Amino acid sequence: MFQAIADPTRREIINLVAYQSLNLNSIAEKFDVSRPAISQHIKILRECGLIIIKKQGRERYCEAKLQPLNEVSDWVEKYRAVWEHRFDRIDGILDQLKAKRKKQGRKK
Amino acid sequence: MATKNQTKITAEPGKQEVIITREFDAPRELVFKAFTDPKLVAQWLGPRELKIRIEKFEPRSGGSYRYIHTDPGGNEYGFHGVVHDVTAPERVIQTFEFEGLPEKGHVVLDTAKFEVLPGDRTRLTVQSVFQSVADRDGMVMAGMERGVVDSHNRLDELFEQGLIK
Repeated sequence: MFQAIADPTRREIINLVAYQSLNLNSIAEKFDVSRPAISQHIKILRECGLIIIKKQGRERYCEAKLQPLNEVSDWVEKYRAVWEHRFDRIDGILDQLKAKRKKQGRKK
Repeated sequence: MATKNQTKITAEPGKQEVIITREFDAPRELVFKAFTDPKLVAQWLGPRELKIRIEKFEPRSGGSYRYIHTDPGGNEYGFHGVVHDVTAPERVIQTFEFEGLPEKGHVVLDTAKFEVLPGDRTRLTVQSVFQSVADRDGMVMAGMERGVVDSHNRLDELFEQGLIK
């Protein structure tokens, strides 16, 4: 999932079909890359459940399924975990700096 | 037992910024030092299982920085940016780019502010502005996914060692 949305072309495809279902040609037209490349991107998006393909007559339409993206909003919690980890370490460093300072203060 | 200072994160849906706020029980010059002295930064930046190598770190207006995390398999993850402005001991403005993204040029603008609080305490506010909402939501994950799993382990370890009060 994260790899799927880390790619800028794939993010753009999601943005495109988030507002309206589009067929493959209409999607491919919006990009400078080849149609097979777009197909490949759509395949990846489909595999992680961000896009479903619906047949309407002879056309196949891509529709965004944004539910899995809610899981990505968990990134806030992960972001928090990373920063809390850093801040905890900084607390330790600050304690050391404060202790050092006190020591030097006494010497003077 | 001292109460741990809370980390507050604001990331509104549809906005391309993240704001982090955290208070520290230390005077402002010391907190500022922890963020701008490369020897100290190396001690807290980055997950434990990854070795950090600070290639360049110039915390001054017009300076730049680059650091590299290396995992046990030898894979390297580089990060770099330029320092727009340093006003000691109250503010640092710099750019940030994770070199591991599939495409170059996804840059974040970080502004860190250090505010004096009563009782020799300090409030840090870091605002990160991304180029788009998709960048914010996708990029943070790309760069963070790895570190997060580790940071939990690392935290557990610190608790076990009694290093976190």
